[in-house]
Amino acid sequence: MKTRSWLLWGTIVLLTVLPLCLISAPPGADLFGGSDDRAQQAIGTIAPHYKPWFVPVFEPASSEIASLLFALQAAIGAGVIGYWLGLSVARERARKSAHEGIPSEQDPRAD
Amino acid sequence: MHIMEGFLPPAHALGWAAVSVPFLAWGLRSMGRSLQAHPERRMLLGVAAAFAFLLSALKLPSVTGSCSHPTGVGLGALLFGPAAMVPVGFVVLLFQALLLAHGGLTTLGANVFSMAVVGPFVSYAVFRTAATLGANRSVAVFLAACLGDLATYVTTSAQLALAFPDAVGGFDTSFLKFAGIFALTQVPIAISEGLLTVLVVNAMARFNAHELRALPVMAFRTREGA
Repeated sequence: MKTRSWLLWGTIVLLTVLPLCLISAPPGADLFGGSDDRAQQAIGTIAPHYKPWFVPVFEPASSEIASLLFALQAAIGAGVIGYWLGLSVARERARKSAHEGIPSEQDPRAD
Repeated sequence: MHIMEGFLPPAHALGWAAVSVPFLAWGLRSMGRSLQAHPERRMLLGVAAAFAFLLSALKLPSVTGSCSHPTGVGLGALLFGPAAMVPVGFVVLLFQALLLAHGGLTTLGANVFSMAVVGPFVSYAVFRTAATLGANRSVAVFLAACLGDLATYVTTSAQLALAFPDAVGGFDTSFLKFAGIFALTQVPIAISEGLLTVLVVNAMARFNAHELRALPVMAFRTREGA
């Protein structure tokens, strides 16, 4: 179980890191840009006269602000998951020590 | 998979919104009823929602040399049924549309349909099928989360191809083009999401065995994965 979890984590890290090492810049496109942007470019070639008819109501002032908000989104998610994990581990520990508490009452060493 | 603001013609934008709204209503009802009957599920629902929040904020590099993000809605679909993840996906997409200029209000209907409807429902169907065929829990969870994630991106490709058919080859040519951008990029990311979902479900099986047993989905005859 433990080993398998580590293997899974390792695979996830490899799947994420390997593309970074193996891929070089494709011609005419920025490396590791968003696939959403590539789709936008593709729309540009299929329908060159298409004009977006609505603009975002609020746009992050810079890519720094955008990454701030993305980090905030991830932090909210990770925070909740961390709360659950912490609570679960503590609960399991409490349950275990309660279990160990009962037989210790009949412990012959008890004086 | 976010179709950007204004990048679907009005008729398409309206059409996808009309398709998504009933699912959203159904999801809110199903979520409300489930929580009313089983308040102890609130914690796990929160974790499932947080998982979607976290994963959809992570843009990961992929083999095509571009970046894309997992969706994280498969987990909740397996636990609470696919409808429950529609409101969760909706909130994530609304957050990103309003604050991040990622996706948009006019394309919200289409994006909700691909990420919060197709993804969870495919995950759920794959999970049931794998479980029926006798796969162990981990394999079923992996396939469900992975294929659900991929299905979302195939859906986005189809939505864009419908809106922007190629002048010569029509829908098919366009679809292949968009799928080459979205679905291909998504393959390793979907695998990562599948593996991550297995890790979370394993943790839940260890820490929340009691609540999980009460969940109709996990009680569905799956053999205990080690």
